[in-house]
Amino acid sequence: MDLVNIFIKGVFIDNMIFAYFLGMCSYLAVSKTVTTANGLGLAVIFVLGITVPVNYILENQILKAGALQWLGDNFVSVDLNVLSLIMFIAVVSAMVQLVEMIIEKFSPALYSSLGIFLPLIAVNCAILGGALFMQERQYSTIIEATSFALGSGVGWYLAIVAIAAIREKIRYSNVPAPLRGLGITYIITGLMGIAFMCFMGIKI
Amino acid sequence: MKSFFNKQHQKLIADPMGDQNPITIQVLGICSALAITTQLENALVMTLAVIFVMTSASSIISILRNHIPNRIRIIVQLLVVASLVALVDQILKAFLPDASEQLSVFIGLIITNCIIMGRLEAFAMGNKLWDSFLDALGNAFGYGWILVAVAFVRELFGSGKLMGYEVPGFSYLYELGYMNNNLMILPPMALIVVGLIIWMQRSRNNDLIEEN
Repeated sequence: MDLVNIFIKGVFIDNMIFAYFLGMCSYLAVSKTVTTANGLGLAVIFVLGITVPVNYILENQILKAGALQWLGDNFVSVDLNVLSLIMFIAVVSAMVQLVEMIIEKFSPALYSSLGIFLPLIAVNCAILGGALFMQERQYSTIIEATSFALGSGVGWYLAIVAIAAIREKIRYSNVPAPLRGLGITYIITGLMGIAFMCFMGIKI
Repeated sequence: MKSFFNKQHQKLIADPMGDQNPITIQVLGICSALAITTQLENALVMTLAVIFVMTSASSIISILRNHIPNRIRIIVQLLVVASLVALVDQILKAFLPDASEQLSVFIGLIITNCIIMGRLEAFAMGNKLWDSFLDALGNAFGYGWILVAVAFVRELFGSGKLMGYEVPGFSYLYELGYMNNNLMILPPMALIVVGLIIWMQRSRNNDLIEEN
């Protein structure tokens, strides 16, 4: 039951885009058509679903204060939290590289449709943000952390597909010239954010 | 003989402040820009952190640019930036614990702030030290002024304060029935305020208008 709650919370209440503005850059840059948005969204779900559990293991077995106990009693007092940023980003970029190679090998069709977006994901703040939120919120098991990661991935996916659909439609509208493109996208995202805020009070 | 600070150098600084602004034109570095602008103080701390990280990272990468193998350049860049950000994070925790608490994960997210990676990739990898330094400085300031402008509007109208202090004239306004607009504090308003800044900027300079 808890797992479902964490998932739903990640999708709606703590939506990566509308509540925390993470991954905004690629959200704005790659949302011109639904097809590309779809591809990038799926890639983000996938990469989040892999990197967060890996970082969770790293955090709990190596980085946390006292986590190195399994090496022997001398290591109980070691606190490597200073290194967490560097470790997390190294894991994320290594994982993105690895995922890219695996997909290229086993599913060339998927690779050519995702191709250009995969390397971009290494610098998508939603991925590192997922790892940092996981660290901050102290999930108790790796399954909970994974559920959170998938939830926020799906939330991000929904957001980018929705804005891409709106942008496809708005092409036929008469938007004031200086607002065209980026400006109106910001304002629409703001309005969507206000709509998403109705989830904020929900306690689950 | 090129002078130390010639026309071209001025352009490097001036362009990102206006017509090549990272946030409103290049679409770089938006994630962190929006989330921390509820208070002017946070925006200033964030701007300082980004100026420091960006100028140092650009200088370091520019010095190393001929020694970085092309295939692993992203990882090298990320590691340089991550080490600098870890430094900033520790300094903030030690000297400004309150600000550090409020900025929480967003200091860490400077690493993936696309403005830094974007400028490293587009400029520092191919230019000399002094040019790269100026480019980084210009872009960091361009990022900073948008941040400060948005934070100014949001804090002034949202909580009637600036830098955490009451604004003098506001007590009279409250007596007249003026109320703080709590909507301004909520995250979506940051997007709308930036949208309005874009609107103003583009209606002043028609060259920037996009195709639909």
